[in-house]
Amino acid sequence: MSVDAATVRRIAHLARIAVSEDEVPHLQGELNAMLAFVEQLSEVNVEGVEPMTSVTPMQMKKRQDVVNDGEIADDIVANAPATEGHFFLVPKVVE
Amino acid sequence: MTDLTSLTLAEARKGLADKTFTSLELTDAHLSAIEAARVLNAFVMETPDRARDMAKAVDEKIAKGEGGPLAGIPLGIKDLFATKGVRTTACSKILGNFVPTYESTVTSQLWRDGAVMLGKLNNDEFAMGSANETSCFGPVGNPWRREGSNTTLVPGGSSGGSASAVAALLCMGATATDTGGSIRQPAAFTATVGIKPTYGRCSRWGIVAFASSLDQAGPIARSVRDAAMLLRSMAGHDPKDTTSVDIAVPDYEAAIGKSVKGKKIGIPREYRLDGMPAEIEKLWSEGATWLRSAGAELVEVSLPHTKYALPAYYIVAPAEASSNLARYDGVRYGLREQGKNIIELYENTRAEGFGAEVRRRVMIGTYVLSAGYYDAYYLRAQKVRTLIKKDFEDCFARGVDAILTPATPSAAFGIGEKGGADPVEMYLNDIFTVTVNMAGLPGIAVPAGKDAQGLPLGLQLIGRPFEEETLFSLGEVIEQAAGRFTPARWW
Repeated sequence: MSVDAATVRRIAHLARIAVSEDEVPHLQGELNAMLAFVEQLSEVNVEGVEPMTSVTPMQMKKRQDVVNDGEIADDIVANAPATEGHFFLVPKVVE
Repeated sequence: MTDLTSLTLAEARKGLADKTFTSLELTDAHLSAIEAARVLNAFVMETPDRARDMAKAVDEKIAKGEGGPLAGIPLGIKDLFATKGVRTTACSKILGNFVPTYESTVTSQLWRDGAVMLGKLNNDEFAMGSANETSCFGPVGNPWRREGSNTTLVPGGSSGGSASAVAALLCMGATATDTGGSIRQPAAFTATVGIKPTYGRCSRWGIVAFASSLDQAGPIARSVRDAAMLLRSMAGHDPKDTTSVDIAVPDYEAAIGKSVKGKKIGIPREYRLDGMPAEIEKLWSEGATWLRSAGAELVEVSLPHTKYALPAYYIVAPAEASSNLARYDGVRYGLREQGKNIIELYENTRAEGFGAEVRRRVMIGTYVLSAGYYDAYYLRAQKVRTLIKKDFEDCFARGVDAILTPATPSAAFGIGEKGGADPVEMYLNDIFTVTVNMAGLPGIAVPAGKDAQGLPLGLQLIGRPFEEETLFSLGEVIEQAAGRFTPARWW
């Protein structure tokens, strides 16, 4: 499988990465090189094979359903590019 | 006092305990070495004041007989580990001037045990790379050069700063992370020892995530014993990481010098690649001979799905990365580029903040997870991963204790020499290491010799899950036979 220019633009949008028109051919070449490389997986017989979900056979631990952290709003917003009080500022989302 | 930097960690521990020198003296010697080696670009942030404060505090503890297992040992920390109050960037522009308000579990355990932080080490952006060339702080120089050449070589990646700093005697050991070979490949390129422990052995909490089902932390050090000492402090269960395993951490150092008599070592035939350099082939059989002389039994084994590990990795890892890196959106931390609306703000921020390799992998990951392609790519890759793991399980079920392979298909190469036209050329560096991440197993790289140009080469030992001790015992046999390698100083 390979991707065309329109697909590259669509993927870029899904990935939320702005891509200019003149970057498209280059990206298309690189993505197709990667897709050509992974193509060899199609020759593996995976009939009846379970997809891996956990590499170590272990029961996932569940924590107690209690509040054991929090009250650190100052810490949470400390690195934000734009804030007002304990809120993150973004461009208007709802008109 | 510059000779203090050439001690191994074990030697320094003795000197500190005997009061031959203080941690402050040891720390100052390393800070001077770092200053004199800035041309290597191994450190992206030096923290001398903090280092001296930590050293003074630990000297007081040592005086009172309260020093921990790493009391007074100066270390470098890969910039992927969140360090409270010290800028942490994953060497990406998108994290900007991010200063964590918390400490990663692994580093907090090192400080608990008395280690001293010298600063933050360079790495490939978000650990995506095999040459440390994708860092937003620029490439790292390998302290090793080809004989009679002034060309600066790469130290490997992604933990290139860690490997370079340890090899150049700038720190006594370093933290690193390994998703497809990022500890073992740079260790092999710099004649250092690097171990990626079993998945779940070290907590991933507070480490910038790349591909969560593959990422593991581990140490890079100058000897097998030093690596064992560091791993003991780094490993352990952490309730904050649900994939961290609740198994007691053994005293790994006790495995050093333990007999390997009767250990069954597998030599996988699929690792014998067409066109593999003769010197790698030679090193590999030398390694087998050393282990046999120490009493181990060598057997040929087959891992039939080996060749599919790298392509499956280049689906699984980018898929997980595209999801993990969705958090960098210019809202909660890091860089922000303005846009007319929120979508444009995201798109502009991520275009400006991510480097070329990261953009490429996020896009491939987005594609293989997108509607209509998920089954053909991601689901198939996860099935292939099951088969890769089964290859190893079958091998271990036949009584094999560990598997011996070359660590890398070549020695270090020049900056800008690989992957310019085709990204896959660079990816092939990890061909021997990536299988281990796919199967969640422990793997250690140990320096074993040099190529015709005088560059270091390493061997890899792959172990059963949570049997790192076997790797330390076997690794030390190789170390004893091969000797230690130190680069001639040119910086």
